Amino acid sequence: MHFAILQFPASNCDQDAVHAIRVLGHSAELVWHKDTSLGAAEAVIVPGGFSYGDYLRTGAIARFSPVMQAVRRFAAEGGLVLGICNGFQILCEAGLLPGALIRNRSLQFRCEHVHLKTATRDSPFTRRIPPDTLLRIPVAHGEGCYYADAPTLARLRAQDQILWQYCTADGVLEDYASPNGSVEGIAGICNERRNVAGLMPHPERACEPLVGSTDGRWILESMIP
Amino acid sequence: MKAKIIITPKKAVLDPQGKTVQQALEHMGYRDIQAVHVGKYLEIELAGSDREAARKAMEEASHKFLSNPVIEDYQLVIE
Repeated sequence: MHFAILQFPASNCDQDAVHAIRVLGHSAELVWHKDTSLGAAEAVIVPGGFSYGDYLRTGAIARFSPVMQAVRRFAAEGGLVLGICNGFQILCEAGLLPGALIRNRSLQFRCEHVHLKTATRDSPFTRRIPPDTLLRIPVAHGEGCYYADAPTLARLRAQDQILWQYCTADGVLEDYASPNGSVEGIAGICNERRNVAGLMPHPERACEPLVGSTDGRWILESMIP
Repeated sequence: MKAKIIITPKKAVLDPQGKTVQQALEHMGYRDIQAVHVGKYLEIELAGSDREAARKAMEEASHKFLSNPVIEDYQLVIE
């Protein structure tokens, strides 16, 4: 499977994403933000970082990049798009995912491993995660507090669009288990059509024993048919 | 002409920055502070003299780009 990994000025997890996909035995290429085509990509990853210096709001400028118009078309045709960290923020700003990500409740930049509960395995991003298995994956962000208004949240719940929630090491959903204060402990969601997803944790940083966890593989491998 | 745009977090949205500034002000001894909201201020210098056209364009820009209507409100003044 061939992945396009987008590259904006100040993306900084783009190389990690390419590496992770190659570790999984698949191919990946970087696609520059000024490119208007995704080439032969069969899936897209919008990586983490601080695109355009986080100016104005996180992800606010990146969404106007030429490459994002190509991503919009790709998603409209049903292609799989995964936004990680800043990529999640970009997809929300672009309107490809509902809601927004705001400053962590603690005001701290949080850089640590967290535990995630998979809320549904019914998505191309979660289907290979073994049932009842918690994921231990790193986060590194200052603005990862997911917010959506009450009607949007109700729709997310009703349509089973919440994919991951922060939990304790025992799998309990507790406020203190969340690094950012997200509503309902939301760590990641998908769109109604279930082909676009975003999450704040970094699965690409958890694909080899050397880096302390291989749980991120379940997420990336779910995307592979 | 100038467009002045004040962007603030929506009341329903958590504003940890505002809360922290409020606590600091209280710590300094300032009393009777009910709430603090931290936002952004933009000044946009405009050529031309058609105020209505400028207002229309800046309203659109504020709604579509300068603010995020999911989490922020804005006030626009054309001077």
